[in-house]
Amino acid sequence: MAKYIVKRIFGAVITIFIAATITFLLMKFVPGSPFTSEKTNEIAEAALNEKYGLDKPVYVQYGKYLNQLIHGDLGVSYKIQKNVPVVDIIKQSFPVSAKIGGIAILFAVLFGVPIGCVAALKRGKVLDGIIRVVSTTGIAIPGFVLATGSMLLFSIELKWLPTYGLDKPSSYILPVFTLGFYPMCYIARIMRSSMLEALGQDYIRTARAKGMTQFITTFKHAMKNSLIPVITYFGPLVAYTLTGGFVVEKVFNINGLGRYFIKSIENRDYNIIMGTTVFLATLIILMNLVCDILYKVVDPRIKLDQ
Amino acid sequence: MKKIEMKKSVIALALLVSMFSTVLAGCGGDNKEETTKPSADGAFELSVNCGPEPGTIDPSLNTTVDGATLINHAFEGLMKIDSEGKVVEAQAASYTVSDDGLVYTFTIRDDAKWSDGEAVTAKDFVFAWQRAVDPATASEYNYMTEMVVNASEIMSGDKAPSELGVKAVDDKTFEVTIVNPTSYFLEICAFPTTYPLREDLVSANPDTWSTDPSTYVGNGPYVLTEWEHQSKMVYEKNENYYDLAKLGPDKINFVLMEDQNTILSAFKNGEILFADDLPSEEIAAMTDNGLYTEGQLGTYFLCLNTEKEELSDAKVRQALALAIDRSFICESVTGGGQVPADTFVGMGLSDVDTSKEFRDVAEKWYDVEDYEGNIEKAKALLEEAGYPNGEGLPTIELMCNPGHESVMEAIQNMWSENLGLNVTISSQDWNVFVETRVAGEFQVARHGWLADYNDPISFLDMWVTDGGNNDANWSNAEYDALVKTVKSSSDQEERYAAMHDAEAILAAEMPIIPIYYYTDLYLKSDSLEGFYASPLGFKYFMYTSIAE
Repeated sequence: MAKYIVKRIFGAVITIFIAATITFLLMKFVPGSPFTSEKTNEIAEAALNEKYGLDKPVYVQYGKYLNQLIHGDLGVSYKIQKNVPVVDIIKQSFPVSAKIGGIAILFAVLFGVPIGCVAALKRGKVLDGIIRVVSTTGIAIPGFVLATGSMLLFSIELKWLPTYGLDKPSSYILPVFTLGFYPMCYIARIMRSSMLEALGQDYIRTARAKGMTQFITTFKHAMKNSLIPVITYFGPLVAYTLTGGFVVEKVFNINGLGRYFIKSIENRDYNIIMGTTVFLATLIILMNLVCDILYKVVDPRIKLDQ
Repeated sequence: MKKIEMKKSVIALALLVSMFSTVLAGCGGDNKEETTKPSADGAFELSVNCGPEPGTIDPSLNTTVDGATLINHAFEGLMKIDSEGKVVEAQAASYTVSDDGLVYTFTIRDDAKWSDGEAVTAKDFVFAWQRAVDPATASEYNYMTEMVVNASEIMSGDKAPSELGVKAVDDKTFEVTIVNPTSYFLEICAFPTTYPLREDLVSANPDTWSTDPSTYVGNGPYVLTEWEHQSKMVYEKNENYYDLAKLGPDKINFVLMEDQNTILSAFKNGEILFADDLPSEEIAAMTDNGLYTEGQLGTYFLCLNTEKEELSDAKVRQALALAIDRSFICESVTGGGQVPADTFVGMGLSDVDTSKEFRDVAEKWYDVEDYEGNIEKAKALLEEAGYPNGEGLPTIELMCNPGHESVMEAIQNMWSENLGLNVTISSQDWNVFVETRVAGEFQVARHGWLADYNDPISFLDMWVTDGGNNDANWSNAEYDALVKTVKSSSDQEERYAAMHDAEAILAAEMPIIPIYYYTDLYLKSDSLEGFYASPLGFKYFMYTSIAE
């Protein structure tokens, strides 16, 4: 097990290095500069390029960046928050995104798994139909429609909830709901299909034959084995949700990390583009590792070392 | 048995749903209070939105209007803009100008203090002015003080910042020597790039002093006490400010938002009493519901690449300019109170007789009301240029950045219907678009210009031969000579006459096609009083109050 983890971590470092390299090169090939302005001031632009080393050849910049990265320095922002270290930006904004994301994941799992189970048990019945329609709709509705629609209803019309920020406990409801609704629906769907498969297995029939109640056969025997696809989805879901949803953060004006992914590209804020990408890549790789270990926990037949 | 089970789960689901709605309902009611109110202890807290997270609030580095608003609440220059738009003394108690108009001597107020209690001295100004032109600072607005002796040489690295024509005669006397008499110099002294800075704090952390409220010490009416990035900035009264008694809100929360719909929702909900932005499709609905339209010193126009063969003939350029229905664009496309433009220099800039506007005195380039007549003239001009009914003229590409497609589509339609031209539209990401335009890889491109001070030269200087912003790649020796006269003369009559002549050359040559004059739209609650905005778009909340 330990050997396996060490091997995986070694692989992860290489993957992150490759991701960083590709991102760096792509970013440099895209035209535009962080200092583009309607009013061109050539002297100032040249001074800014010199100050941040952007006047150097790409390979020199790349070498410098890798050296910084090894030392845990992600550089400073060029435009969005001028001169603020990217590490500080991530330190400030990630916890906010992670809090909202964490609650949203909890919401998605706590509702998605049972709803999926219920649908499987009631296969072909009205309830199953309702759940299937709702979950398919949930997957199809774009995030911004859900976000603005729920804001319109609960904040503007009913005036129950605030429109922006995270100042009060009630401020969390709409962002968490918007962020968690899609994964909840998705989890319900995959849970339903894998549960249906598990319920048809021989060991379930055996368990039933031995006189186990439906509750035990469903939740102890079938559910554990049907969780594998959910866990597979869970890894990237956690990584993406914890780093924040761009739409949710923009619409509800939440100061999380999600907004920086898009804003940094729009502004050609190179160090933030790199910082957020490397951070997300690391998180995804880490979560995949956690998922692989979880597979073994729920299904001992899986061997990690092979 | 099965039926009973089914009922059970339906009930369970119904329970879940009702629980969730109870949670929602339970949270209701606690946010109906407006965030802007005199609270129980009588303190007045105001929440407003002026823009998203600012890139910087360092007065030397700022380039944005919202950044300037934030800076204006924490800093103050020698002069300031008052509620009537006039330039008045601020940190300077008084000033004198030498007879030749080249030496300005400012006497700083005795009671001018920094927010930490230290006195504001002439040295603070010397430091800030030198810092702004120092190439190491890389200030993008360094050209604001280019009229100061040696400023241009310092900016290009030929002289040291210490050689700048500014001097601290004593602690309270600041002297500036400029190269040419500059009618708008006092206005420059009210611009953020010229605000004083604390050398001890700035030099200790040149790049980060303005990102931390503890080192962001200003001399203005308010102090930044809290900065939650991408969320809000909290300003509280500066107890050391000389005009403390007149200040309004005890606390101003600048809520940092960028989504227009969210901003509008927060305004409608009463969570903010002022919003500097709204979705353009909501303009009609918000008219008479808190929407205000102010003039802005700027013009929206098309830039023609005069180096392209098909656009090298002034007649073709004039024909293109004439065949645009500006009233239609302003009323039906943009719909934000914009005014059809018939000159290049924007509205709101005064003429030599300050009671008149430059634009009112200027000769109009065409009659915006007579669209039909303009089309006939355009057709005749095209024929004279050798392209009857547009035949023989290659396809023209209109280039813009996202958000401007609808204006381009309207123009595309007008040119193809009226002149028989084949017109295409290409939209590029902002950063790419600006590079393409500067590189001259376009035929016709969208452009916009906002002046930094109330003098038409800030517009006309753009089109001198090889000027940094001359994206039309246009060159005219007579025009260059006129601009030179404007910049070197101290005789205002001569200057303004030269500026009108220069604009007439632009009209005849048409390297650019004015479309409309910009307007500044904002939402303000009726209960907010004492608010004002400057023609540059800066917003002032320091003297606001709430109507009973």
